[in-house]
Amino acid sequence: MVENNINIQNPVLSIRNLSIAYDEKKFAVKDVNALIERNAITAIMGPSGCGKSTLLRAINRMHELYPKIITKGEILLNGQSIYEMQTIQLRRKIGMVFQRPNPFPTMSIYDNVIAGYKLNGIKLNKDQRDDIVEKSLNDVTLWDEVKDSLFKKGTFLSGGQQQRLCIARTLAFNPEVILLDEPTSALDPIATAKVEELLVDLKKKYTIVLVTHNMSQAARISDNSMFMYLGELIEYGKTEAMFTNPKNPKTEEYLTGKFG
Amino acid sequence: MNLGSDIAYIDTFHRRKVRNTIFKIIVIVLSVITTSPIILILSKLIIEGVGQINLDFFTQLAPDTFQAMSAKMSGEKIPGGIVNGITGTLFLVLLASLIAIPIGIMAGIYLYENGSKRYTNLIRNIADIMQGIPSIVLGIIGYIWIVKNITHGFSALAGSVALAIMMLPLIIRSTEETMKMVPESIKEAGAALGVPYHRIILKVMIPSSFSGLMTGILLAVSRIIGETAPLLLTTLGSPVINFEIDKPTSAVPLLIWNFYNDPNMIDLIWSSSLFLMGFVLILNLISKRIIAHREKN
Repeated sequence: MVENNINIQNPVLSIRNLSIAYDEKKFAVKDVNALIERNAITAIMGPSGCGKSTLLRAINRMHELYPKIITKGEILLNGQSIYEMQTIQLRRKIGMVFQRPNPFPTMSIYDNVIAGYKLNGIKLNKDQRDDIVEKSLNDVTLWDEVKDSLFKKGTFLSGGQQQRLCIARTLAFNPEVILLDEPTSALDPIATAKVEELLVDLKKKYTIVLVTHNMSQAARISDNSMFMYLGELIEYGKTEAMFTNPKNPKTEEYLTGKFG
Repeated sequence: MNLGSDIAYIDTFHRRKVRNTIFKIIVIVLSVITTSPIILILSKLIIEGVGQINLDFFTQLAPDTFQAMSAKMSGEKIPGGIVNGITGTLFLVLLASLIAIPIGIMAGIYLYENGSKRYTNLIRNIADIMQGIPSIVLGIIGYIWIVKNITHGFSALAGSVALAIMMLPLIIRSTEETMKMVPESIKEAGAALGVPYHRIILKVMIPSSFSGLMTGILLAVSRIIGETAPLLLTTLGSPVINFEIDKPTSAVPLLIWNFYNDPNMIDLIWSSSLFLMGFVLILNLISKRIIAHREKN
């Protein structure tokens, strides 16, 4: 039984009856229904193996990289089914940032930012390129730190800077939604704080969906929270309400640290 | 305090020390034995061969028996060089690489992408078995496939096909191993940007594993560069410089074989062998450099 305590008008994403299985019997995500609020941070929480990463990956169809995956139900982006879109178009609109910073090791900082264009063979002239690089790096507050070393390898940056570079790479496509899969779990507290600050800032322009293991992080920065357990969406609501007054006993047990 | 057990303790301690020393000596002697052949071979080649190496050695064609005999009778140095062998070897290596590198890299990518499927394991095992095929057998294959049926005569093509077959398993396995070392997250980064699969392979995976691929290729080249047996049956040898794929071609190891069979030219064996060893050594050093460079980054 889903405790759905949230009323969202004009959602960016609507997830409808979504079930995902890695093989016939083992469902990783079971019949999830949720609307995602525009220009807000939505956190997905839950213990390991609860299907939160799978759900996140399904939103830009990254889960299809696994062979034999079974997907039922649908996800609509602004009312249009994402399974009817081409993956390149979809992933331009819904970007993704991963747990470990993963800049392309052979590319400079500059090339990493425009990697989406370069790797897809989209031609840009020099002014356009410079514009995108400067704007994207400014958006992630990295420009001042790297503007003198744009042509050095991205892998020379610190972990936190690399993660912000990866966010910049996603922003370069000017997406509507940014998905982040535990983006700070490999970072130190200072770098984590910077990324969190950045996310709060970015929600003015983008919709952010964040998977996190860290409950205090969800409490600090998210507007809405989902709690998942064993593939099911147990509770979905305003973060403040959910943390102060969880409706489902399972949510309460998780939030008070009884398991997870 | 028991004096007897103390003495026994000192005794075993002493015996341990002796055993340790004996073991150390054995290890040192054995390692000297294993390294000495390379030192003996190199010093022999340098002593006997270095006198023949001059500009002519790299620019002149190999002498014929008559030239060598008359030089020998008048007590002069044997004239000529091995330029037809050097160019031939380079030409054969180039052709073999053109055949083996694309096929080997693609097969390696296939193995990497398909992990442990039954068919993949079959290919992997075949590649391992291919490494064990005696090179003379590949010479015979080159003779039957190419010399008899395609070029209708001894040819550079036939030799390079035989050499390419020798290179293939090395390139396939090294490609697979290097690709495995590229973190999965880099591939995901590409996919998350909507990059199609073939572009991820070409623009992300191959550049990221470039140094590894180069090392594999260099090792494969140094493996085939001294091969004689497959060439005897396929490219035969040639007294002139040849860059046509359907004509017989010389190669340094073939020249060494010729020099060995001609009592007048036996002196040239040393310099040619020295050249070949130097070449392989340089290739090995380059690939070591690449590996060291990669590990640093």
